[in-house]
Amino acid sequence: MGNIRLSNVSKTFGTQEVIRDLNLNIEDGEFVVFVGPSGCGKSTLLRLIAGLEDVSDGRIEINGADVTDLAPARRGLSMVFQSYALYPHMSVRSNIAFPLRMAGLDKAAIDRKVAEAARVLNLTDYLTRKPRQLSGGQRQRVAIGRAIVREPTAFLFDEPLSNLDAALRVNMRLEISELHQQLGTTMIYVTHDQIEAMTMADKIVVLNKGVVEQVGSPMELYRTPANLFVAGFIGSPRMNFINGNEAAKVGASVIGVRPEHMTMSPDDGRWCGEVGVAEHLGSDTFLHVKVDGIGQITARAPGEIDLRHGEKIFLSPEPGKMHLFGQNGEIVSASGAVS
Amino acid sequence: MARTLTPKRKVAFTVLAWVLGLLIFFPILWTVLTSFKTEGEAIANPPSFLFFDWTLENYTEVQERSNYLRHVINSVVISFGSTAIGLLIAVPAAWAMAFSPTKRTKGILMWMLSTKMLPAVGVMMPIYLIFRDLGLLDTLLGLTIVMTMVNLPIMVWMLYTYFKEIPGDILEAARMDGAQLGQEILYVLAPMAVPGIASTCLLNIILAWNEAFWTLNLTAADAAPLTAFIASYSSPEGLFWAKLSAASTMAIAPILILGWFSQRQLVRGLTFGAVK
Ligand SMILES: Nc1ncnc2c1ncn2[C@@H]1O[C@H](COP(=O)(O)OP(=O)(O)O)[C@@H](O)[C@H]1O
Ligand SMILES: [Mg+2]
Repeated sequence: MGNIRLSNVSKTFGTQEVIRDLNLNIEDGEFVVFVGPSGCGKSTLLRLIAGLEDVSDGRIEINGADVTDLAPARRGLSMVFQSYALYPHMSVRSNIAFPLRMAGLDKAAIDRKVAEAARVLNLTDYLTRKPRQLSGGQRQRVAIGRAIVREPTAFLFDEPLSNLDAALRVNMRLEISELHQQLGTTMIYVTHDQIEAMTMADKIVVLNKGVVEQVGSPMELYRTPANLFVAGFIGSPRMNFINGNEAAKVGASVIGVRPEHMTMSPDDGRWCGEVGVAEHLGSDTFLHVKVDGIGQITARAPGEIDLRHGEKIFLSPEPGKMHLFGQNGEIVSASGAVS
Repeated sequence: MARTLTPKRKVAFTVLAWVLGLLIFFPILWTVLTSFKTEGEAIANPPSFLFFDWTLENYTEVQERSNYLRHVINSVVISFGSTAIGLLIAVPAAWAMAFSPTKRTKGILMWMLSTKMLPAVGVMMPIYLIFRDLGLLDTLLGLTIVMTMVNLPIMVWMLYTYFKEIPGDILEAARMDGAQLGQEILYVLAPMAVPGIASTCLLNIILAWNEAFWTLNLTAADAAPLTAFIASYSSPEGLFWAKLSAASTMAIAPILILGWFSQRQLVRGLTFGAVK
């Protein structure tokens, strides 16, 4: 069981309000990702759940029990830190065994559990090494090993992959997702990387300046972003935003269309522009088109297309794939029924 | 860009370093040499450097006149005692300031340091009177307390700087892993801080061992440490350079030996954090 509920949680540092009146429910076994730009309060929120920071106001419950005033160790949660935070003077074995030792398990049980965790994480050959003798990926696995041995109610990850190189990051992403499948334990994962969020999460919580902008599955956020912030944050390349006259024509303050929802045509379409830079990725081509009176629009075309710089091109949003936002940035018409 | 030294400059710097090193070492060498001279040779002009009649009579005489061993014991009690008590206070203090600082932490640290800027003589009278009234004059307890107070700011500062270098994440990880405060300090903080704590202790022992203001002013006979033992040869019966040198040599020998064996630790501790 790993149900976590936050009610009206606030956190202020001095006069700075970092988390504002936040409500959130995390179901047992869910993989929840907190995503948002740097400094929006993700780590603070995670640390509040962990008990490493005290809430300024509000209530935190784990499995129905109020843990707001409980010490970190008594909340039954495990945390993996961005810096790994391994104990530098202890061997890998002692690092993984540490939480079990603190829990007062007998030596035989500790050895058995450490061996099991090491096997799952491919660390068996490294048990006698010190952390400084390990690569970044191995250190990360030791940190995860230390987290899983105590069979916590939930795992907390704070940007665990940000110190790894790109290739390793993709591998570890898969490993963590795999681990979640195997263990079925609730995981809360903090990242500023929307791709990590999209690929790993059952549920994404988009944070901005200490408030929740939207909560939903990756596809819900992708299809029906609740506001400009979420629309701009989720999806890569970023959604095109068109304002001014064009938007006013359809009764909105801003129109949003994702690059992959633009159709291109050499002779007919809604907006006419000039091809600027074309980025060829092989599988896709991203065209940056300059449209008079609107500005730069990015469009994605599958595969390779052959267009020269300065060539004329027509762009149109796919029917039903337009997002209309009102004055306050909130969505007014989900997936733009307007054509 | 790598900085390169021309061979000529390298030689010049090497010579300069040796000259400076010898200059610093010379007084100690001279003291040791003088301790093996007769009183006559000690004041001879021009002085003889190595070619004199080596004699041990100063040592035997100093030994007869004073109880060297008792002074050594006093010095050991005061320096080790004040260091131990200081550590008991300074470790938790530095821990709190490094890992849960408040708005006022920096201010308190500066204030503690500022007490070291006050000349000791400025508080001589009040301390003397308080000690007299409490019956602490010329007692080991009194001197240990004074030494603890004198060196505490330095201990807290040194430990604070070492503790600051320890990533807070690691302590938080220990907390998440279920370590109680005591376990966190014992199993995680202390092992990582051992070099820092060790060099703090060493430096403190050396400072307390050599301290001469309070030890001279607050002791007479019973609690007099080695500094008072040296001083006793400098004034009352006029100057006896050879015996004074013998006493000095005997007084600094233990701490020099300690320093020699722990120099690696000391240097590592004092430069901890400077190179990372
Ligand atoms: N211990 C602290 N004291 C003061 N301000 C803090 C503290 N921790 C975080 N903050 C502030 O809270 C804000 C959110 O920080 P954080 O939760 O680390 O953001 P994120 O993890 O989303 O990048 C930042 O503006 C940061 O400066
Ligand atoms: Mg963060």
